[in-house]
Amino acid sequence: METIPDTSGYMIAGYLIAFATMGIYTLSMYLRKKNLKRDLETLEALEAEQTKKK
Amino acid sequence: MQSKPILLTILDVVSIIVLGVAAYLALVFAPTELVMGNVQRVFYFHVGTAWVGLLGFVVAAIAGITYLVTKDMRWDRFEVAAVEVSTMFFFITIVLGSIWARPAWNTWWTWDPRLTTAAVTELIYIAYFMLRQGIEDPEKRARFGAVYTLLGGLSAPITFMVIRLFRTIHPVVIGSQSAEAQGGFSMTSDMKTAFFFALFAFTVIFIDLMWHRIRLGSLQEKVEQLKLNVSM
Repeated sequence: METIPDTSGYMIAGYLIAFATMGIYTLSMYLRKKNLKRDLETLEALEAEQTKKK
Repeated sequence: MQSKPILLTILDVVSIIVLGVAAYLALVFAPTELVMGNVQRVFYFHVGTAWVGLLGFVVAAIAGITYLVTKDMRWDRFEVAAVEVSTMFFFITIVLGSIWARPAWNTWWTWDPRLTTAAVTELIYIAYFMLRQGIEDPEKRARFGAVYTLLGGLSAPITFMVIRLFRTIHPVVIGSQSAEAQGGFSMTSDMKTAFFFALFAFTVIFIDLMWHRIRLGSLQEKVEQLKLNVSM
């Protein structure tokens, strides 16, 4: 009877890379959103200040 | 920015659950393929990510056409979201394919028609972001992006069809394959369950990520607009 080749290392590497890529992408989206929200708050404050001066 | 819709929160939870179930079905439930061993299990995520990858490129092309007709910036945001999410998924497809190829074909990479068209497709969409980065005017950027995705969208059906039209070593899952194909296998019913669930799971995750990316695009546009107002 033929034995099944042990290719588990490749499988583990594949799934690790797949999950890591999805994780990094999700994290990048979260960080971009966080930075944009901070920018938005600063810009809104600046705009309000400018309106007050006028 | 508008508060997060409840439906999106539900979709987030569903996405995590279906991803977990898809991983369970692929890694535990599906039987081990006798010739290739456990590496065959990457096939479920390989095809699942390829499906949403290519689907997204076609969706982006349709959004591009719609933008050119309507000039509505919402379609530009939709197009960017589709391209970004699909590029990420298609990267996973290529990496998983390469990992599978090492034990199956005894090489990490070969310039086979399918691998070549897949690599070209990925590079086309990486270049899409470089193109957009180089254009300041939002309307011009959206117009150029729309035309680009329209032309780039042709690479998706070509990549899908190439293994059905040319002599290739890449196996065909559905339909008849080339005589040169290496690493093909017939699926058992449990394998089919894992396979179709992976397609479903990645479709749900794709919609979820697209939605998040569209919202991010809206926020970006708002910030850009405010920057203009403040600098005036």
